[in-house]
Amino acid sequence: MSRVATEANDLEDIEIGLLLEGLYRAYGFDFREYSRASIKRRILEMMRAEKLGTVSALQERVLHDATCLERFLLGLSVHATAMFRDPSFYLTFRRKVVPLLKTYPTVQIWVAGCSTGEEVYSLAILLQEERLYKRCRIYATDISRAVLRKARDGIFPLAAMREYTNNYHQAGGANEFSDYYTAQYDSVIFSTALKSNVVFSEHNLATDGSFNEFQVILCRNVMIYFNKDLQARVHNLLYDSLSMFGVFGLGNKESLKFTPRAAFYEHLNDKDKLFRKVM
Amino acid sequence: MSFEIIVVGASTGGLKALQVLLSELPVEFSLPMVIVQHRGKDMETGLCEFLARSSRLPVREPEDKETLLPGQAYLAPRDYHLMIQSGSFALSTESPVGFARPSIDVLFESAANEYQDRAIGLILTGANHDGARGLAAIKAQGGLTVVEDPATATCREMPDAAINLTKVDWILPLSEMAAGLHKLTNSTKRYES
Repeated sequence: MSRVATEANDLEDIEIGLLLEGLYRAYGFDFREYSRASIKRRILEMMRAEKLGTVSALQERVLHDATCLERFLLGLSVHATAMFRDPSFYLTFRRKVVPLLKTYPTVQIWVAGCSTGEEVYSLAILLQEERLYKRCRIYATDISRAVLRKARDGIFPLAAMREYTNNYHQAGGANEFSDYYTAQYDSVIFSTALKSNVVFSEHNLATDGSFNEFQVILCRNVMIYFNKDLQARVHNLLYDSLSMFGVFGLGNKESLKFTPRAAFYEHLNDKDKLFRKVM
Repeated sequence: MSFEIIVVGASTGGLKALQVLLSELPVEFSLPMVIVQHRGKDMETGLCEFLARSSRLPVREPEDKETLLPGQAYLAPRDYHLMIQSGSFALSTESPVGFARPSIDVLFESAANEYQDRAIGLILTGANHDGARGLAAIKAQGGLTVVEDPATATCREMPDAAINLTKVDWILPLSEMAAGLHKLTNSTKRYES
C-alpha cells in the first residue's frame, strides 16, 4: 500500500511540475521556483475547489479557461495577514525609521508583494500620524490583479477590527483606530485619504526588474513562498532597488542569514526584522 | 530503513505533555523533532523558552529556510504554518486550516511528502481534530504513527480522531512515550507492515 501511495505522490509531483511549466510558457507567470511544499498544498486545495480529480485536469482548465487562471493566481497570492501584524515591527518603524525618513525631502516606499493591502494601510496610517505621509509615495505591487483590486478597494471584514485595533495600539498608535474607517454591515472601508499617495501596480518579483530607487522597501512574508534560488534573486533585486542607507523590512521569521546580501545590511535593533543598507 | 524525523502535534493540555516528553527524552535522541502546539495568535512569545527549560534537547523556533539539524527540537512559530521542504523549513501565512495556524495537518502532510516512510508522526492531547488527516498521510506514505493513549490524555478528542482515521502503529500513555520513542528510533530494524 505504501509503495502505491508513494508512486501516486511522485506522479502528482511530476504533474505539478508540468502545470507550472505550462503556466510559465503560456502566460509568463513563473511559479517554478516557488517553495514546493506550499504550492503543492494550494494546488491540491484548488483541485478540490474546482472539483477535479488530478493536477493534469487542473492544468487543462487553467490553460484554457481565463477565469480559472484568474482564480488560480488569486489562490496563490492571498495570504491571511493582519493590519499591524507583529506590532513591535511597526513600533520600531515608528521610533527608529521615521526619524531617518524625516531627513529626506521626499520618500519613495515599495511594499513588494502587498497582497490585499493590510500592510499598505497600516503604513499609511503610521506615516500620516507621524506627519510624513504627504512627502511619501508608496508603490504597492503584487503579481495578481485580483488582490490588487481588493487592496485598492480598502474594504476589510468588520470582524477583524478588534484584532487590528489591538495591534494598532501596541504598535504605538494613539488615536481611535475607528477614525480611519467607516463601517457598513459586516465590512469596513478605509479612508480614501490613506491611499492618496499610493500607487497600486502589477509587478512580478520572480521575473520583473527594478523600477525605481527607494528609501524604504518592505517585503514581509512574501519570499517565504520562494525556494532558495528565487529568494537569492529577489534579495539582489531589492538590494539594487534600495538607496544607500535605505531601510529594508522582512517578516518576523525571515532571515538575511541565508541570502547573498546578508553582509550588506545592518540591523536596526536586535528583535525586529528591520535592516539598513550600509554597503 | 531508519527514521529521519519526528513530527509532533499537540493542542489543549499540550504544554504539560510536551514538558513531560521533552524532559524524559535522552540527550542522545538524535532525530530532529518538529512540534506544532496550538496557541492563540496574540499569545506572546515565551512558549519556546518555557519548553526549553524542561527539555534536555535544545528547543528553538525556526526561521524560514533554516536547515533541520539532528538532536534539535523545533517549535512552530505562532501565526505561521510550518512545512518542510528539501531539508529546510518553509513558513507560510496561508489561511488557518480548521481554525489553526500553525496547523498540525499542514506540518504532517509536508513531512509525509518529504520523508515518506522515514517519518514518525505523534499526536498528543487536544480538544479538536487537527492532525488526524496529517497522521493518515504519514501512514499512507509508510511512515510510523504514534498516538497518546486517549484514556490518559488530558483531552482525548485529538488522539481519538487520529485513531479513528488511521490504523495507528503505537498507542502509548504519556508516561511511556519518551522511552518508547527512544527504543523505536534506536532499533535499526523495522518490520514491514
